[in-house]
Amino acid sequence: MNSQPTHLQPLSTQTKLSRFLMNWILLTLVWIGFTGTLDVQELLVGIIISGILSLMAIRIFTCCTLALLAPKKLFYLGKFIVVFLIALIKSNFDMARRVLSPALPINPGVVQFKSQLKSNFAKMVLANAITLTPGTLSIDIIDDTFYIHWIDVVSDQPEVAFKEIAEDFENLLLKIF
Amino acid sequence: MEYIIYFALGIMTISLFFVAIRFVKGPTVGDRVIALDTLTTLGVSGVVLAAYLFHRFVYLDVALVYGVLGFIGVIVIARYLEGAL
Amino acid sequence: MSIMEIIGSILVIIGSIFLFLGALGIYRMPDLYNRLQAGTKATTLGAMSVILGVGFLEPDWFLKLLILVVFIGYSNPLSSHAMARAMYKRRVFPWTKEGGVDAYREVIEKETEKKES
Repeated sequence: MNSQPTHLQPLSTQTKLSRFLMNWILLTLVWIGFTGTLDVQELLVGIIISGILSLMAIRIFTCCTLALLAPKKLFYLGKFIVVFLIALIKSNFDMARRVLSPALPINPGVVQFKSQLKSNFAKMVLANAITLTPGTLSIDIIDDTFYIHWIDVVSDQPEVAFKEIAEDFENLLLKIF
Repeated sequence: MEYIIYFALGIMTISLFFVAIRFVKGPTVGDRVIALDTLTTLGVSGVVLAAYLFHRFVYLDVALVYGVLGFIGVIVIARYLEGAL
Repeated sequence: MSIMEIIGSILVIIGSIFLFLGALGIYRMPDLYNRLQAGTKATTLGAMSVILGVGFLEPDWFLKLLILVVFIGYSNPLSSHAMARAMYKRRVFPWTKEGGVDAYREVIEKETEKKES
């Protein structure tokens, strides 16, 4: 714990501006979704309010900068969403099989592995994806070590666990963030 | 057409019953909070189905606010139990 | 009945069945972490599927329902993760079979030692 917490670290002007614009775009999209119209007045109020909000929240919303809008990254983002949805459906059938079988075929345990992701937001997305994929639940992240509750432990070696649980997602996330 | 919605609401009522048993029985605090979280999710889907049944767009706002409040509640309880609040 | 309505009602039925399976998992599983697993996954997909199904039945509402789906997909795993960590720090340990692995336990033991000394 030698470094400062993320929301207190000094930021360069470029990062600030880029992050501000990205937050502005995202919040405006959410506003349009809420109101459900493209009326000029509503849109104007939405743009002003989301501008003020994203100015206030530069240090809190650290999710993404304008670099995310590059076509290549958007392509990988779409691929990530598809892979994620397939894993979600698979995990549900897996869970249904375990819940409905009378003998409860489970062999739970907690495993750990290391990840190469740098930013906090990317780690959070990876943890969320792990929680929703077959038979795993992320318990804690300390620096770059993930602790995962696994309902059917195959092996307690970190490398094997990493390969089984997180490899696909991490390769995609490294390309996105 | 409406019978399908009624069927779905019926299944969700049975599942509410199972979750309520866990809420009463649950040996630790965590079990109760998980049951509460699941009740919130069930409630959100129920309110959306009700919005479709009664053709009221406003009910979707109710569902959204209910979801946000349930999420914040669970996070706050978790931080409190952890001793970090 | 148009094709949209058929897709929508199938999604609603599938979603409600998954919600039921999630509730059954919460009722049946032997310990807290397994309950979290069953509860989170099944109820997330179930709620997403029900809400998307209503979106197919009533296409005017689709945008707002999409926001609701994204919000549920984002918040449900977060809250279950927060709950799992909080309960582990309160020393509720997961149930394992004979010789099961538990890598997180050493970390917690070390932390408590540090706090006590």
